[in-house]
Amino acid sequence: MSRATWGPWWAVLAVVIGIAGVDPVAAQLEYNMPRGVTAVSENVYQLHMLMFAICCVLAVVVFGVMIYSIIRFRHSRGAVPATFHESTMVEIAWTVVPFAILISIAIPAAGTLIRMEDTSNPDMTVKVTGYQWQWHYDYLDEDVEFFSRLDEQSYLARQRDPDISPQEVENYLLNVDNPLVLPVGKKVRLLMTSNDVIHSWWVPDLAVKKDAIPGFINEAWTQIEQPGVYRGQCAELCGRDHAYMPVVVVAMNEADYADWLNEQRSTASDATDQVLAAGMGPAGGAAGGEFDPAAPPPPADVAAAGEMAAEGAAGAAQDAQDASGESGQSGGDDEATLMRVGEEVYSTHCVACHRPDGSGMPPAFPSLADSEMVASDAAAHIAIVLNGKPGTAMAAFGSILDDEQLAGVITYERNSFGHDGGVVTPQDIEQAREEMQ
Amino acid sequence: MSVDISVQEHHHEGPDPNFFRRWLTTTNHKDLGSLYLMFSLLMFFIGGTMALVIRAELFQPGLQLVRPEFFNQMTTMHALIMVFGAVMPAFVGLSNWLLPIQLGAPDMALPRLNNWGFWILPFAFSLLLMTLFLPGGAPASGWTMYAPLVMQTGAAFPFMIFAIHLMGISSIMGAINVAATILNLRAPGMTLMKMPLFAWAWLITSFLLVAVMPVLAGAVTMLLTDRYFGTSFFNAAGGGDPVLYQHIFWFFGHPEVYIMILPAFGIVSHIIPTFARKRLFGYASMVYALGAIAFLSFIVWAHHMFTVGMPLAGELFFMFATMLIAVPTGVKVFNWLATMWRGSLSFETPMLFALAFVFLFTIGGFSGLMLAVTPADFQYHDSYFVVAHFHYVLVPGAVFSIMAAVYFWLPKWTGHMYDERLGKLHFWLSTIFVNLTFFPMHFAGLAGMPRRIPDYALQFTTWNEMASIGAFGFGLSQLLFLYIIVKCVRGGEKATAQVWDGADGLEWTLPSPAPYHTFTTPPVVR
Repeated sequence: MSRATWGPWWAVLAVVIGIAGVDPVAAQLEYNMPRGVTAVSENVYQLHMLMFAICCVLAVVVFGVMIYSIIRFRHSRGAVPATFHESTMVEIAWTVVPFAILISIAIPAAGTLIRMEDTSNPDMTVKVTGYQWQWHYDYLDEDVEFFSRLDEQSYLARQRDPDISPQEVENYLLNVDNPLVLPVGKKVRLLMTSNDVIHSWWVPDLAVKKDAIPGFINEAWTQIEQPGVYRGQCAELCGRDHAYMPVVVVAMNEADYADWLNEQRSTASDATDQVLAAGMGPAGGAAGGEFDPAAPPPPADVAAAGEMAAEGAAGAAQDAQDASGESGQSGGDDEATLMRVGEEVYSTHCVACHRPDGSGMPPAFPSLADSEMVASDAAAHIAIVLNGKPGTAMAAFGSILDDEQLAGVITYERNSFGHDGGVVTPQDIEQAREEMQ
Repeated sequence: MSVDISVQEHHHEGPDPNFFRRWLTTTNHKDLGSLYLMFSLLMFFIGGTMALVIRAELFQPGLQLVRPEFFNQMTTMHALIMVFGAVMPAFVGLSNWLLPIQLGAPDMALPRLNNWGFWILPFAFSLLLMTLFLPGGAPASGWTMYAPLVMQTGAAFPFMIFAIHLMGISSIMGAINVAATILNLRAPGMTLMKMPLFAWAWLITSFLLVAVMPVLAGAVTMLLTDRYFGTSFFNAAGGGDPVLYQHIFWFFGHPEVYIMILPAFGIVSHIIPTFARKRLFGYASMVYALGAIAFLSFIVWAHHMFTVGMPLAGELFFMFATMLIAVPTGVKVFNWLATMWRGSLSFETPMLFALAFVFLFTIGGFSGLMLAVTPADFQYHDSYFVVAHFHYVLVPGAVFSIMAAVYFWLPKWTGHMYDERLGKLHFWLSTIFVNLTFFPMHFAGLAGMPRRIPDYALQFTTWNEMASIGAFGFGLSQLLFLYIIVKCVRGGEKATAQVWDGADGLEWTLPSPAPYHTFTTPPVVR
């Protein structure tokens, strides 16, 4: 083990240290908690920095004594050991002093915590539901709801051997098709729940992280002070695609928000264009200095999110709104249309578990290609898609998709992966729904 | 009567000459201690290899090497193996080797239970590891096995639970044995308050183990009945409560993390006085601090789950109780510093590891204090900041203390001195790379990187590159550790009975290597 043998390791170390200094990204390297854009996030940041400062002072004292001892009391320098080994006074002192320091942290911490947990008197409420692996936002009393999924560019780049590399995607893994749009200056209450496993809704700039738990409704709130785009991710391990369900919040001034909301309601079938148009509102204003330059709202983001949605990546979300609006798209029963709709729904909702080729990942996610039910039992197939399968990841899509989408996806599944099972029409779905009631 | 005893001793003078009979049926505490330690080292390398799969995938954003589901299997198995296979058996192995020779006992109190406790482990971990080859792969819901996600585990589900039951049974057997030995087999004159601190630390740990391992067994059994017998303990659709699982798990889980650190406190409390050539400062306060930490460990569990939506009063209680842990932990660190103060320090490998323990464990303690503060925890929770925190207390904390203990007592076990030059090299490589691995994780977490993700946004790249390079450096450095141990077992400079200038305790009155049977007649202490 000569010095030369280990030489490469020191070279590696030098390179690593070099990365931080030379890498062009390093200039904007994030290394601290964001101050965020709400009063609460500012409080949390201050608390974090207070504790960091206290820890630094303690570190200087503790490590100072340690390093001083290591240098000063060396056996090799002929140090002679003392014989003292206890002192009640000293023990009491270093019990009481840390206790006092803790109290000085506990008081502001308790104050901030009490404010964070005060969800009373909200101006509006959004219900957030976690799904494997997407979010659903329901604006209570506004008749607006939609799904929010990883954007298409990130989806393409996250594959193994992707056609585009993650480096080419703006906001890789932190962009969605339909962002949560909120007005600035309003106290927004967020009700969190989940449809399957536990998720956690986290946006660092808002200092909000709350678990979305099946069977529970958790409360959180935020009041955003600056228009902009704020990004976060699911924070609780929720299965395979845990890394791929980002949270994006677009904060708009009140007028733009009202426009966005109206357009969402009026022409739900074309919801994505409104996301685009409304998104452009604050984005256009950015040049005029409406955004805090320190906040991360590159105007292109909003436009990009909207564009992508317009390109059809958000099919499911807009169609979900159709379902509530009963807008009744006609002429959907011929097989080609059903297959087209079905393929789109499949690639949005089903592909993550059942895979593009229907092979699934047995036993957790059964294969559709090998399924006897898909091959021959249409009624059972409709029932499981409508009602889901309790205790598994299979969601009840009856409340998520409309009849045409359901007919489409079931038809698609029954005529793909080597199956030739005939057509399931929207009328079949309607009938099945009635029979279940 | 006396004749009987001498005959018995005559027949049990050495180990059984048959290799298989010796190691399979041994009830000798030294043999079993060695078995535990070797098993632990094997698991350390298996769990470490899994960590390197994780770090290799995370070197760059995008998916290069593994699929997300396999990544989740790696994080889950890495944690289960390191916690239950590497760290806990290492401490049980040390207790086996050291408690009888530190207390002046002829063996552990329950030798057959001891054999059984060890030989359960290879079966438990074979079961766990073979799940990698089952349909659906190994468990992938994190070592915390949160319901309802864990219900999506494939064929591995019952094997995982049975493996955990076995590990729990083994741990409880080990703990009962330790408590029985310490309470019954101390040499005449060795009162509890004259006991070596390693024995004190292990006595308290054994009570923690007996108290909480059945709680874990209960939690996983409830998962089992939820899945196979139609109960709905944790299934909201059946009237159950997914959060209940987390409360039960962490009621086990928090004492569990102290199970992995209290014996480390004991080890360091032997090594620092030895190489400072000065008595441990504040022995009694060290014992009280151990007790206080153990007590507090039972009333802080919910700080692992601040984001589940507890009532405000609950969040305040768990915040204050958690912050209190800093007080006894601080007392321990201050006592170690006072032991070093005006001592006569030398820096052999065990001392280097012990000093790094104090230094780096304290850093883990600081981040722990920050995590205790609930409003800030909402930002830290489930981010890489938490990953950095618990790896600082577990790797340069628990694992470094185990390495320090191995270097410290290896001459007593083998009769040979290890290669000091290589030992120091191992120390410096480990220390540099462990910090390169885990320190950048603080920054990644504060910048917003969630834990348990196989792929990440571009702004976290630099921190992950550093961590991955550090991890490979740290992992490869451990091959040197293996080499040093093998070399020392096979030969080397003869060790004296005393081994270290400043060493104090009954084990150092025995010749090196310690004979197969020791203290068949108890020594009298003072």
